[in-house]
Amino acid sequence: MNLVRSHVLVCGGTDLSSSESEKIITEFDVRLKNAGLENEVSVVRADSSDLCASGLVVIVYPEGAFYNVTKPDDVKEIVEEHLVKGKIVKRLLCDESAEAGSDVKPLSEIEFYKKQLRIALKNCGIIDPENIDEYIAFDGYKALGKVLTEMTPEQVIEEMKKSGLRGRGGAGFPTAIKWEFAAKQPKGVKYVCCNADEGDPGAFMDRSVLEGDPHSVIEAMAIAAYAIGSEQGYIYIRAEYPVAVKRLQIAINQAKEYGLLGKGIFGTDFNFDLEIRLGAGAFVCGEETALMTSIEGRRGEPRPRPPFPAVKGLWGVPTILNNVETYANVPQIILKGAEWFASIGTEKSKGTKVFALGGKIKNTGLVEVPMGTTLREIVEEIGGGIPNGKKYKAAQIGGPSGGCIPAELIDTPIDYDSLLSIGAMMGSGGLIVIDEDSCMVDIAKFFLDFTVDESCGKCAPCRIGTKRMLEILERITSGKGTVADIENLKDLAEGIKSSALCGLGQTAPNPVLSTLRYFEDEYMAHVVEKRCPAGVCKDLLQYTISKDKCKGCNICAKNCPVSAISGELKKPFVIDPDICIKCGVCEGKCPFKAISRK
Amino acid sequence: MKTLADLEKIKNKTLDKMNIRADREEGIRIVVGMATCGIAAGARPVLNAVSDEVSKRNLKNVVVSQTGCIGVCRLEPIMEVYAPGKDKVTYVKMDAEKAVKVVAEHIVNNRPIKEYTIGEADK
Amino acid sequence: MADNKTIPFSGTPEQEKKLRAVMEKYKDTKGALIPVLHEAQEIYGYLPIEVQKMVSEGTGVPLAEIYGVVTFYTQFTTKSKGEYKIAVCLGTACYVKGSGEILERIKSRLGLEVGDCSADGRFSIDATRCIGACGLAPVMTVNDDVYGRLVPDDIDGILDKYMK
Repeated sequence: MNLVRSHVLVCGGTDLSSSESEKIITEFDVRLKNAGLENEVSVVRADSSDLCASGLVVIVYPEGAFYNVTKPDDVKEIVEEHLVKGKIVKRLLCDESAEAGSDVKPLSEIEFYKKQLRIALKNCGIIDPENIDEYIAFDGYKALGKVLTEMTPEQVIEEMKKSGLRGRGGAGFPTAIKWEFAAKQPKGVKYVCCNADEGDPGAFMDRSVLEGDPHSVIEAMAIAAYAIGSEQGYIYIRAEYPVAVKRLQIAINQAKEYGLLGKGIFGTDFNFDLEIRLGAGAFVCGEETALMTSIEGRRGEPRPRPPFPAVKGLWGVPTILNNVETYANVPQIILKGAEWFASIGTEKSKGTKVFALGGKIKNTGLVEVPMGTTLREIVEEIGGGIPNGKKYKAAQIGGPSGGCIPAELIDTPIDYDSLLSIGAMMGSGGLIVIDEDSCMVDIAKFFLDFTVDESCGKCAPCRIGTKRMLEILERITSGKGTVADIENLKDLAEGIKSSALCGLGQTAPNPVLSTLRYFEDEYMAHVVEKRCPAGVCKDLLQYTISKDKCKGCNICAKNCPVSAISGELKKPFVIDPDICIKCGVCEGKCPFKAISRK
Repeated sequence: MKTLADLEKIKNKTLDKMNIRADREEGIRIVVGMATCGIAAGARPVLNAVSDEVSKRNLKNVVVSQTGCIGVCRLEPIMEVYAPGKDKVTYVKMDAEKAVKVVAEHIVNNRPIKEYTIGEADK
Repeated sequence: MADNKTIPFSGTPEQEKKLRAVMEKYKDTKGALIPVLHEAQEIYGYLPIEVQKMVSEGTGVPLAEIYGVVTFYTQFTTKSKGEYKIAVCLGTACYVKGSGEILERIKSRLGLEVGDCSADGRFSIDATRCIGACGLAPVMTVNDDVYGRLVPDDIDGILDKYMK
């Protein structure tokens, strides 16, 4: 049996005589014979196709290309280009296809991307993260080469200083100052660490960088190591990110194979090696001293600073720690220059920031915008606003250490200092949009619940103080709170802020303080009126039947699991609030929407 | 690898292989977003379907690759097509069946399937 | 929290051999306790006191310190897990989209609390921190299957699949 490689189907259009298609078939036969393909390609005549009704259609399989053929020369081209060389002849593809694609919107014109500027995420979504060659194709490792062959460690630090890059993991400490501090320590063993323990609930920027562009972090860590005089680095990453861990390990192995990690990098006497350390699920390990204790294999508890890690860090030697996003900016700064980087953003916050946009917003996703972009631009233009016609209530930024930004401040530019001045903080970049359906006291409780759970227990203000705060919030949300409770909350919060040992403890009261600052009326409604304005706190809900809408059909009473509803048929029914367990079944069952909760 | 010149060599070789140079005359690159969110939304069957279809149809000079997060989590799985001389086309909310159709219509017959693209996602 | 109603520890010689090999591999690595424990948990599924003792003997780290580390990190568990590990994400994005109600529904359906494993060893429930699939919020996972954009009424259908 002959094995046929390709099939050519010749279909006569409706208004073409069959002789036309005969001619084309003959032409194919001749051309194929000339090319020596007569046994590899079979030419078949088919019934008319309704796809290109206006002309003669030739379909070539297995590719499935639809050609519109009008003259014998077209056949020649199809045979020579497609059947011999395997190239589809674009020119001859069916007419209606030619312009069909022209009105497809390119990504750059989609609102979501218009205001974005990608530096840290430059390669994410473009290159194959498991292929070092593709990273190199986009100028990867060029910055490391430049640094090692053309710059002194001092010049690297100077360049970083000029760029104005600040830490992207939380407090926004200038990166170059850390490096300089560590570089000035006496020669000897030093370490470079990367914080990839992205613990903020709702944040996944670092994960995305590591999954999409792991080499950028490796390259940056090597640059940092050269700047401070280190030969060993550690990446501390959450075990909850298996894909990121796998890609990072592949990337490290490839870099070693290429000699971009190891001994004598770029033919110089610079050596650098890198190891991955897995976290084990402890939020506090995102704090720098706790992270280092965890790498050492112990309980990840923080210790007082000073001494700062740049002087006495991992295993007691000078260590620098930066987070993933911070590192991802470094190669770009070296390649494109500090001036370029410093030209982006605001006076005191340079460059861009990546946010994980989530919650009640249309376009959840990962966005990178220049510093100084307003919250309104992020929420309304990039994020596409709030779904289901609901109203914006607040945005929670910075996770359990951050605060919320209410509607009246939605025009705040997002940079380190503006955020601090309104009682929020940049944090690592979680940005959760909250609409009118959420109760701010409940949100504060959610975050406090998180910190109580994650408090390592080493210092009393955090261990005991946050627990007491949570208890007060639980009282308030269950309707047992008093006005004095609100004052107590404030006192406790200030006390914890000023006396906790580490950054986690010191910032733990922020979600409470910031909701109190902007939504004190909601707290007051809970304690004074015993009412939850958003209708979230179950204990404060009251189900009522509207006298006007109720038709007395009895459906609610039949469905009530505790028989709290009573009434006479065809007359308005009533709910006994003392029996009602607020399960909400009646609300769903009422055919007249007569039952509401308040 | 010892010098910047070595790096440059890899760069040029890879750029050709990736089908991504803006001034190239032919060669198509298809990428599927395979970060955690993409995988969770079902990107793996999409990537497999595209690879299978491209090899089944015996298409030359088409590179199929995974990539990281493209950004719009809401619309995952996402697949993008880079064709020479054109803006890249972003397909959203893909599944294996749609992906196979894109290969047939867009890659072979140069007829992007507008209804699957990001610009149409909310219509 | 309720007592762990599961099977007593029953390690096999093969498991022990694997654990010894892991400890050998990390012999010269600085600060290797956490990686060793990760792999030990891979081997046994959890880290009961019996396993901790073996790690202590093998690495020379005092048992008290190992116990301290195991109980400090939430990823390490001293209780065995079910054949189907159900995890509900309680990250912020999932929480504001109602993952709390999802968790309640699962708890009442299975009659288990968070952290428990069912008496027949089939199901265990965990509440997890953000798993990074915020675009699909609210999210739960059963072993490696991810379920997103959930509403409480989806739960019965999902659990039914694993009940057979």
